[in-house]
Formats: sequence, C-alpha cells, structure tokens
Amino acid sequence: MIAEALALAAEEPAGLLPARQQMAFSLGWHIILACFGVAFPSMIFVVHLLGLRGNEVALVLAKRWAKVSAVLFAIGAVSGTVLSFEMGLLWPGLMEKFGDVLGLPFAFEGLSFFTEAIFLGLYLYGWGRMSPRLHLLCLVPMAAAGIFGTFCVISVNAWMNMPTGFRIDAAGEVVDVEPWQAMFNQGALLQFLHMWLAAFMVAGFVVSAVYAAGALRGRRDRHHRLGFTVPFVFASVAAVLQPVVGHVLGIRLGETQPAKLAAFELAETTEQPAPLRLGGLMIDGEPRYFVEIPNWGSFIARGSFDLPVRGLDTFPASDVPPVNITHLAFQTMIGIGSLLMLAVIGYWLLRWRGRDLLETRWFCWFAVAAGPLAVVALEAGWVATEVGRQPWVVYDVMRTVDAAGDNPGLWWVFGTMLVVYTLLTIGAVLVLRSMARRWREGGEDLPSPYGPAAISEEAR
Amino acid sequence: MSLEVAVAAALFVGVLAYALFGGADFGSGFFDLTAGGARRGAELRTLIDHSIGPVWEVNHVWLIYCLVVWWTAFPESFAAVMTTLIVPLLLALLGIVLRGASFAFRKYSATLSQARTFGVVFATSSIITPFFLGTVAGAIASGRVPAGGYGDRWSSWLNPTSVFGGIIAVGTCAFLAGVFLCADAVRGGKPALASALRVRTIGVGLATGLVVFIALIPIEIDAPTLADGLERQAAPLIVCSFLAGLATLWLLWKERFALARLPALIAVATVISGWGVGQYPWLLVDEVRLADAGGAEATLQALLVAVAIAGVVVVPPLALLFRLTQTERWSR
Repeated sequence: MIAEALALAAEEPAGLLPARQQMAFSLGWHIILACFGVAFPSMIFVVHLLGLRGNEVALVLAKRWAKVSAVLFAIGAVSGTVLSFEMGLLWPGLMEKFGDVLGLPFAFEGLSFFTEAIFLGLYLYGWGRMSPRLHLLCLVPMAAAGIFGTFCVISVNAWMNMPTGFRIDAAGEVVDVEPWQAMFNQGALLQFLHMWLAAFMVAGFVVSAVYAAGALRGRRDRHHRLGFTVPFVFASVAAVLQPVVGHVLGIRLGETQPAKLAAFELAETTEQPAPLRLGGLMIDGEPRYFVEIPNWGSFIARGSFDLPVRGLDTFPASDVPPVNITHLAFQTMIGIGSLLMLAVIGYWLLRWRGRDLLETRWFCWFAVAAGPLAVVALEAGWVATEVGRQPWVVYDVMRTVDAAGDNPGLWWVFGTMLVVYTLLTIGAVLVLRSMARRWREGGEDLPSPYGPAAISEEAR
Repeated sequence: MSLEVAVAAALFVGVLAYALFGGADFGSGFFDLTAGGARRGAELRTLIDHSIGPVWEVNHVWLIYCLVVWWTAFPESFAAVMTTLIVPLLLALLGIVLRGASFAFRKYSATLSQARTFGVVFATSSIITPFFLGTVAGAIASGRVPAGGYGDRWSSWLNPTSVFGGIIAVGTCAFLAGVFLCADAVRGGKPALASALRVRTIGVGLATGLVVFIALIPIEIDAPTLADGLERQAAPLIVCSFLAGLATLWLLWKERFALARLPALIAVATVISGWGVGQYPWLLVDEVRLADAGGAEATLQALLVAVAIAGVVVVPPLALLFRLTQTERWSR
C-alpha cells in the first residue's frame, strides 16, 4: 500500500502538489474580492441614488463605500492577475492543449474587466467633477461588467466540469475546436447564476455585518440602519434564491459527474432510493457517524424520491475524488446556505409583522456572524466542486497530473505567496480599519497622507 | 493577411498599449522613489497619486488582455514561455501585486509612517516589474525559448539581450512617466514642480536613448535574428524612434510639455514595434513561426470577433476617461 503510494507519487510531476495548493489558495483568496467586485457596485448604486434624492445619510454611505471599493478592487485586480499568470505557470499542460478551446470566455472576461476598470476610475475620481446623474450612471456598466465577467469565468469552470466544443482524435490531438460551443456549454448558465447569487450573499452579508457590529456597540443611528439594510436586502434576495438554483444545478450531477455526486452523498454503494446522510465520514470504505434521512438523498441529488444514486464502488479507484473533503465541504455549504435562507426569511417575516430583530442583541450577533459564514459557504462550495472533480482537471478528458508542469522549486513560490498574501491581508485590514476610525472621528475626506497637512501634523 | 498574423497584430496592439500606458504608470515609481524625503517629495507624490490614480487599473488590464489573447490564440508558445521564463515572470508578478496593492494602501494610509512604508514598496516594485518583463521580451527575441518549453531557467533571461531589454523597459517607462508628469504638473498649476521634473526627465531620456543605441551592439552578437530584422524591415522604426526621441527632448527643453507627450509616445511605441517587426515572422525567435503557432482556426476567428467587440465597447469610454483626466477640472 505504502509502496504503491510512493510509486504513484514518483510518477507525479514535481509541480503537481504545490500547484494544487497554490491554485486553491490564490483562488480562494481572490474569490472573496471578486464577490465585492461583482456585487458592491449595485449596492453603492442604491445608496448613491437615495443620496441624490435627498437622503444625506445615504450619500455619505455612498462616498465611504466608494473608498472601500477602491481598496478592495485594487487588490482584487492584482490577485486576479496572479490567477492569469498561474494558468500558464502552474498548469502549462492544460493551457498548451486546451488554451484555444477554453480561451474565448477569458478574452470576453478581459473585455468586462476593461469596462469595470474604466468606469471605476471615472466613478472614484468623478465626485464633484461630473454631472451627478452621469456620475451615478458610471456604476451601471460596472455592475453589468460584473454580471458578464462572472458568466465568462464561470463558463470556463463549467466547461472543465462538462467539457464540450472539441474532439480528441485517434492520435490524442485536440481537433474540431468550436470555441463558442465551449463557451456556451450547457453547465455555464446555471453555474453562473449560482456564483452570481453567492457574490451577492458574500458582499451583502459581510457589509451588513460591519453595521450590525456597529449596532452592537451602541451605534444605532440612521447611518447604521441604512448601512445594514441595503446590503442585507441584496443578501436576503440572493439567499432565498440560492437554494433553488443550487438544487437545479445539483440534480444534473447524476448524469454529468456521477463520482462527484457519490462523494457529495457519501454513497459507497448504489442505493435506490438513496438516503440523505448528514455529517459523517468515509472510513475504510464505510460511511460512518452520520444521521440518515431516508429517500431525501435521491431527492436532493436527482430531484425525485426514488431515483438511484450511483455508489463510489462502481468507479475505478483511480477515478474517485477525495471523498471526505468533498462531502464535508458540500454539506458545509448546504448547511450554511439553508441557515442563512431561514434566517433572512424569519427576519423579514417578523419585520413585516412590525418587529425589528435588529434591535435585539442576539440577532445583531447573528448578523455579524453571517458575514464570515457566507464566506465559509462560498469557499466550501468551491472546494466541493473542485475537489469533487478530481482526479480530472477537464472532466473525463485530462487528469490534473497531466496539466501540471515539471518545474522544481514551486514550493518556494507557494511559500512566498503565502507571505505576500498574508501581508496584503494585513495591509488591507489596517487601511480599512483606520479609514473607519477616521470616519467615526468625524473626518470625511482623507487627506493625502504624505501631503503637507499630514507632515505638519506629524511634526507637532 | 493570414488569420494568425491578424490575431498577432491584435495581440501586439495590447503589448504596445501596455508598454505605453501601463509603462507610464510604472515609470512614475522612478520619480516617486527619487522624490526625496517626506516633506520635499510630498508635492510630487501627491501629483503622481493624482495622475495615475484614475487610470492605472485600466492600463493594467492590457496585460490581462495580452495574456488571454496569447494563450487562446497561440497556446503552445504560451506554455513554452511560461515554463521557460517562470523566474522573471514570477518576479514581475510579485512586482505587479505589490505595486497595485501598496499604491491603493498608500492613498488611504492613516499615518505618515504607513504611507512611507507603502510608498517605498510601491516605488520599488514599479521599477522592478518593467525590468523583468523586459527580460522576458529579450529572452523571446534572442531565441532562448525552445518550442517545447522548459528552456534553461536562468540563462534564458540572464543574458545580454534580456538584461538590456530590462534596462530599456525601465528607462522608457520612466521617460514616458516624466513627460506626462511634467504636463500634469503644469495643468495642475504647479510650474515649479514641472521645471524640477523637466531636468530629470531630460536626463532619463538621454540615458535611455543612449542605452537603446548601445544595446544594438550586443544584440548584433547575442540575437542575430533580431539584429537582422532591426537592420532591415524594422530600420525605419528605429530611425523614427530616434527622431521622435530628439523631438521630445527639444520640446521638454522648450517647456512645451503638453506637446512633448506625442513624440514621447511615438518614440517608445516605435522602439517596441521595432522589436515586434524585427523578429517577424517568428513568434518565438528561431523556434516557432507565427504562421505555425496558431491554435484552432475557429478560435482565431472568434478572437477577432471578441477584439472587434472590444474595440466598439471599450475604446470610446477609454477615450472619455483619458480625455477627462487630462482636463483642467480633473487636475485640481
């Protein structure tokens, strides 16, 4: 067994494991910022619009959120660039063979990235320099670019799950490439919706968590109420729709990626109908430590209470993904998603009946927790779908092993990257917190910190 | 024109735009670093902040554009370059990450000491990034990237052509930045700052021009294919670059800063085009010809569609952004 594992490891290219770790880490980091890039402009649009209609509090929020977005979008832009480089530096085997199949959506993503950056520049620097209406409208192309850009990137991921738009000939060459078919593969639309809603959940719950934390510290003014409510509305709509989209997306797995489904469901053997297993681990080929709900596994996985779920033992051992990580990540996502959905439904029902839970401390605590919870759900979802697709990078076509490169020293690169990203995180937190502190102290415009004003202050 | 050449031209437009506009942003790092202490440099740093703030992210997207068009249109050569030049590419990437992040952080720093720290990171990373990207260009142009990839990880970019490529990249970026900053300073009502910048920009311009023409000698020995192209089909471009460079210096001398921007852009654009035209018809010099490097034909066609759409969707707002930021109202 050990000898076998060693033999297997020896066949792996030097770049495989560090590439995996680095890709997972950099993608996991960037995706949080990407959520803000996609969802934040819409939220800023709402408060800015309210502000232009005479709501002073809303206008202040718009100005502040714009400054926050300047920081978040900048580090989002650079961490996105890291991913572009990594496609080639870490996965040369994939790009060499399939670059012309999967590349087109990336080209269109570049287009939306351009749009986003242009209008971001106009918006951030347009305060007081453009007509207010035109200035506000700069947010619209940003939001639209967020939608289109998400579709493009997710379409590549969907293609990796359900590859199409090419043929492999007898010599193993990729032929008959149809880039449009690859871009508009049948998984793209639903997967895009899933991610788009996730972006609104993450950005919405995180921003409202900031104001809920303020409320906990006794800051219960109009500013904090509005700052909580606007993102919370966005997050609520997304949280209610998300389980529906997720479910529709999931029931196709039985046909498209049965091994991933089996790992999600912790199904060692084929069962009809299959139970839903809550929690649990696969230990020596036996599912253990779970709570079983009969028939619901079939419903969740296949959309019917009596369809079978194929078991892992029907796949060759070399085609089975790491079961426990996939299963736990999947259930974490589902668990948090369900919790958030129920919570927002409860909140709005009670608010409709005239009771505002935001006045209670326990709900404020929950709202604070909802931010990180949404992020955990997002990460868990990505882990579930990516680890669940293993050992394939392009499902059933190319193994991840064959995508990795052979350059030594990638562990050093990964180590450096951990350090740099840690510093970036610290820098961002530091800057955002000092921004908030300055705002609380009544300063609105942040002076140029190396300008004469700041220097004379330092000298005093 | 074959499909491959058309797509390569579109790709090269991206390279040019990145070199000119992204380059000018990177180049401001040189002036930021040499601006002096916190008090003396405050005015110039504020100007730099104001000057590149609204546009650096857009200018940065050209790099993404180049990468995606490259890997989509010429996937095998992309993988070959990525596996061979992994070291300078990673170092450039590090610079890109640090530059963008620390620029944003500096702008919103709470204290002077924070701003100083982020400022040093911003300025140094702005200088190293073009250097490493220049070495990558030198490696491709001197035929050191084998078609199958995994060329020598060190000598591929530590060689005369690459090192000169790196220095020229740093110099041209700083030169462009200097010219633009001079014009911005005048428009922002800071003539004293402009005349201080003017001297340094002329210095950078002379030094860079000198390096470009000195570099022709080692390139002759180290990169014969490129040298051959530079002496033949690209020769008019090099002459043009020389003349435009002279014109820029003269206009700077005469303090006609706004006008100097045009020949400065031409001077740099023709140097970069000189490289591109000089190594034609090779994509990876001596290894892969452009005509043989293309991916699937349907993809190349689709890419041209994407580029055409980008031209319609992106160029007008981009022009608007550039025009607005160059107006007096946006310069205060």
